[in-house]
This record gives sequence, structure tokens and C-alpha cells, in this order.
Amino acid sequence: MDSGSTSSSISSKTSLSRSRVPFDETNIPPRYPRNPSLNSGVRRTSKASATTQNFDRFIPDRLSTDMDIARCLLTQARRDKENNAVVSPSKEVYRKRLAETILQNRTQILSFKSKPAAPIDAWYNEPSTSNQVSYQKSVKPRRHIPQSSERTLDAPDLVDDYYLNLLDWGSANVLAIALGSTVYLWDATTGSTSELMTVEEEDGPVTSVNWAPDGRHIAVGLNNSDVQLWDSANNCLLRTLKGAHRSRVGALAWSNQILTTGGMDGMIVDNDVRIRSHIVQTYTGHTHEVCGLKWSGSGQQLASGGNDNLLHIWDVSMSSSNAVPNQNQWLHRLDDHMAAVKAIAWCPFQSNLLATGEGGNDRSIKFWNTHTGACLNSIDARSQVCSLLWNKNEKELLSSHGFTNNQLTLWKYPSMVKMAELTGHTSRVLFMAQSPDGCTVATAAGDETLRFWNVFGNPESQKSAPKSNAGIAPFAKYNHIR
Amino acid sequence: MASRTQSRDIITLKGSSAIVSEFFGYAANSILYNRGVYPEESFAKVKKYGLPLLLSQDESVKAFISGVTSQLSEWLESGMLQRVVLVVMSRATSEVLERWNFNIETDSEVVKTKGVSREKSDKEIMREIQAIMRQIASSITYLPCLEEPCVIDVLAYTDIDVQIPTMWIESDAKLIENPQMVKLCSFDTKIHKVNTLVSYKNNDDDDE
Repeated sequence: MDSGSTSSSISSKTSLSRSRVPFDETNIPPRYPRNPSLNSGVRRTSKASATTQNFDRFIPDRLSTDMDIARCLLTQARRDKENNAVVSPSKEVYRKRLAETILQNRTQILSFKSKPAAPIDAWYNEPSTSNQVSYQKSVKPRRHIPQSSERTLDAPDLVDDYYLNLLDWGSANVLAIALGSTVYLWDATTGSTSELMTVEEEDGPVTSVNWAPDGRHIAVGLNNSDVQLWDSANNCLLRTLKGAHRSRVGALAWSNQILTTGGMDGMIVDNDVRIRSHIVQTYTGHTHEVCGLKWSGSGQQLASGGNDNLLHIWDVSMSSSNAVPNQNQWLHRLDDHMAAVKAIAWCPFQSNLLATGEGGNDRSIKFWNTHTGACLNSIDARSQVCSLLWNKNEKELLSSHGFTNNQLTLWKYPSMVKMAELTGHTSRVLFMAQSPDGCTVATAAGDETLRFWNVFGNPESQKSAPKSNAGIAPFAKYNHIR
Repeated sequence: MASRTQSRDIITLKGSSAIVSEFFGYAANSILYNRGVYPEESFAKVKKYGLPLLLSQDESVKAFISGVTSQLSEWLESGMLQRVVLVVMSRATSEVLERWNFNIETDSEVVKTKGVSREKSDKEIMREIQAIMRQIASSITYLPCLEEPCVIDVLAYTDIDVQIPTMWIESDAKLIENPQMVKLCSFDTKIHKVNTLVSYKNNDDDDE
């Protein structure tokens, strides 16, 4: 700051010297130091002044002095001195003494002799310092998380709508994806693609797909508010659930034989697919489109997130004691989120733990105890969260994001330390699904690609997944409905 | 009632020295806790200046701080202390990472003449100290993270003719090159005025 002020003062002087009077014979020419650059700045016109007159005193002539060059020379001398690193010790001492006496610097600096003990090594968990303290825990070898997708498939006509759920991976290791008005199946074991079904243009596009627990039957939600049930083994339509909703069905979730559907009208409906009048339960609470719907592992609680920024936790046990028949009152209504809650994931290793993520402004990932409804943790994920998946084998959480990096972030739970960031998609990663063996994650984005990531571990290292006998096959007793 | 308030408002040289050295002790503990020099578990909560402050329970730290503060109060009473600096250095490289500078301006008149006292309300001083403590705690928001194990040191700037006590040695200033400096609040007991300043190593790879 100081240097600034001097430069401005110098420049003001320079402006004065601009209007200099050309050399007059009557002026005594100042005696300049023998420096060619400076002399060139002065033009002597008259012959008489050519004679150098020697004087003892140096009388500077401001008007004829080229201020810029003069300043440069002055400061250059100082700069050279500063750059000179080699200073003899005696000079240093002399300088110090001089400074002391002149500046009246009468301070000595003392430091306390007995320093406190340094903090213990183990606190920093440095692997290099082997301190046998209780902080030691068995260190698993860090697995390598491949930074790029293992496979990329084309997914043309994928609807780039945040509120839909167009991707699901069934327990028979078949991936279902809805592209436009068609649902395609991709068999992960063989790598073959097949088309499951197509709807008419006016009924479509398909707004949600969800495999039943048996991995054979699949529910398809449509824009015209219908939900179709298909048998993927025979490629035939089993049933169409009509009348549950008034607008498109964007979210589906299975619980044994109950198919829960969430619609743009904000209604959530439990449909028993075995019986004729399929609507067994309705959940009212959302005022805007329901985009996230997930049953807990136990099937006791249902979490739903909507475009109204609300997260509802519903409990099946609350359905009986109610004034209005067939209507469930929510267990918790959580309004902490500031944007649409689409990403919902129940923790596989800790019951009652729910992770939710939101799109839009707040971009946070929040953790809830669904028993008490308390928000346990909230972290800023830096970009909109489109989907969440828990690692079944490790304590990790995978989140998919949108603008700007369109990345997948792998977090360690509960520390919420970022373990990896996987990029590859060029548009927001809207849909995510996990393979039944828990190793691979499939993601689909608006850039019309479907990518597979071995983010949860290598398929070879995992134990072979048990055959999916779990879950009562809803239609096991029937060859066809009606 | 009038006499009671009066006895609280009068600050003597001894009292002021005690206030300043006590403040330094708590400030040092607070810095150790907030900057994470020592693990959080080794700190216990006490109430002081109307705030919950943390004091280290580590024996060596306690001994260090009490040794320093007792000497500081001695120096303050004689008016010889100019400033106190708490230096945070990396243990591995002994490079100075942070410098907490407490400048002390002493009212020399009080030192020279015995028995002179000043008036300032206790509450006011406590409030000023409270502000500084809060600022130290909030400094973690802008100070760069201390990633490596650190050690601390206390430097005292005294007058040149002060006899060096047994537990102290002469030292260099332990300055930081191109530091970033943040000036914190100051408090004034009317006899001693303490200005606080923290300078830290400028982390070039920090994005603005």
C-alpha cells in the first residue's frame, strides 16, 4: 500500500516535468553522473552549453530530469542490494546494532524452555507410526474402485425427466429400462437385449418400472395413470391396474404381493395384485408428484418423497386404527428438505436408518432415524442428488448427481468421507440400479447412455449370490390371472 | 450497594496483570482445542467469561501454560512485557504455520507510581474478552486446516534490560513468510490493552 502512494506522487511529478522548457543557455547545466542512459534524456541544443562546467555541488534540475529513469536507477540500486543474498556476518551484526540504536528497538524475544509434550501419534491414525494403542483396528485392504464405467450401452429416447423411475435391476439379474414408450430387458448374465412391451403413443411414455421380488414379474407405470403387470418369462401382459391414480404413475415399490404406486396427483396407493379390487390402502399426504417410493427391508415402513419437498414415513401398523377406512396416516412428516426428494434408500445393515437426497438448490443428503423421525446427519453434496444406493457389503453409500459433474460419489458411512467420484456421464445421472449380487451399479442419464460401474466390489471376489427364492412369488399358484 | 460496585470497578496493576495472564491461559487452551493441536478428548469444559471454554487436561500442557502465565503476570506487573506470541509449528518440519500475536500496551504511568488504579467495570472487560474468545473459536472457518501433527511455543517480547528468568531462553521471532493476517478484537483494562492478531501461512493452493 505504501508503494502505491509513492508511485502516484512520482507520476504527478512526471506530469509536471512533461512541460519542460527546452534547455536554455542561461541555465547552469547540472552535473549528471556519468551514465549514458541519463545523458541521452537531455538534449543540449545550444553550443555554449556543450562546455562541461565542473562544480562541486550537484544541483538537481527537476524540469530536465527524466523522472522515470531516475527512479528506476535509484530503486534498482536497492533491488540489487536486496537480491544480494551473501551478506557477511559482521555486516549483519553492524546492521543490527545500528538498527537498535537508531530505531530504539529495545525488545528481546524469549521463549519458554520446557515445551509441552507433543500430541500422541495415534491420534492422527498415521499408518507409519506403529503405536500399539487402542485406536488400532483391523485395516482391510483398500479395494480398487475403477474410475470409469465398465460398460456403456446406448439408451436412445430415454426420457430426461427427474421425477420418473425408468431403471430397475431384477433379482433374476435382468435389467429393465424404459425408453420412450417401450420397455427393454437386458439380461446381465448373457448380455442379450429383448423388448418386453410397447404401449401406444397416447398411453405412453412409460413413467416407471419396477421388478417384483421374484424377479419374473414387472410392474410398468404409464403416463396415462395405468399400471401394467407383465410376465417377463412369457412376455405377456397379466393385468392392468386402472383407476388408482388420476395422472401419471412415477414411482413404484413392491412389498411381497403389494404393489405401492405413487402418482403425480400426490396419491400413494397400495395395490394387492392378487385380488380383483386391488386398491387396499391409500396414503394421502403429498401435495405434489410422488417421485421417490421405497419400502424398508422389513416391509414395515414405507418412505415416500415428493416434489413438495416432503418426506413421509408410513407404518403398516398404523393402518388399522383410523377413522377413515383404508387410509393411512403418516408416521412422520419430515420437511427438512428444500427440494424434491427423489433419492431414497433404506440402510441394509442398520434398521430404521434412511438416507434421502434432494435435487435442486439444497443438494443435501440427510440421514434419518425412522423410528423417532430425527434427522441424524445432513451433508452438502455440492450438486443435485438424483439417486442413492447403499452398498450391501460395506458401509458405503453411493449417490448420483447432476450439474455440473454428473458424477457418482461414493461416501464412507458414517464419516461421510468421499471415497471416490466416478465421472463419465455427460448429463445428470437420473436413474441408478444395483445388481442382485451387489457389486455392479447401472446408471442411466439424459445423455442416453446406460453405464455399468463395478463400484461396490469385483464380482469375482463376492460370494455367489444366493438364488432368489426369497419373497413369495405373487402369481406362483396361477398360470394366468382371470 | 454503591460501595460494592465501586470495589469491583477499580482495577489495580496487579489485578490487571492477573486478568491479562489468565486471559492468555484460556486463549492458549482455546487455540489448542480449536486448531486441533491436541486431541479433543483431552479437554474438559469449564465456564469462564460467560462461555463454555475448554481446558486441556494433559499434564504437560497444563504445566507449560501455568509456567508461562505466572511469568507473564510477573512481567506485566513490572510493565516489561510488550507482546506474547503463541506459535504453532509443524512437528516434522518445524515450519511455523500459525502465529497468534497478543500485543500488550501498558499504561506506563500506572507502572511507575504505586497505588494508582483505574476504573473500568468488570462486566465490560469480560464482554470484551468474551468477544475475543468467540473470534478464536470461529477462526477455524478461515484458517487453513492443520493436517500434520503440530507443536506449540510461546514467545514473549520484553524490554531489553529485563533479566532473563531461569526457564526462558532467547529465541528468534519465528516469523512467517508472506503471512495472511487477521486482526481480532482487543480488550482493555485501562492499564493494559491487549490486541490480538493471527497470522498464518498463506496456502497458495486454496481457491478463493
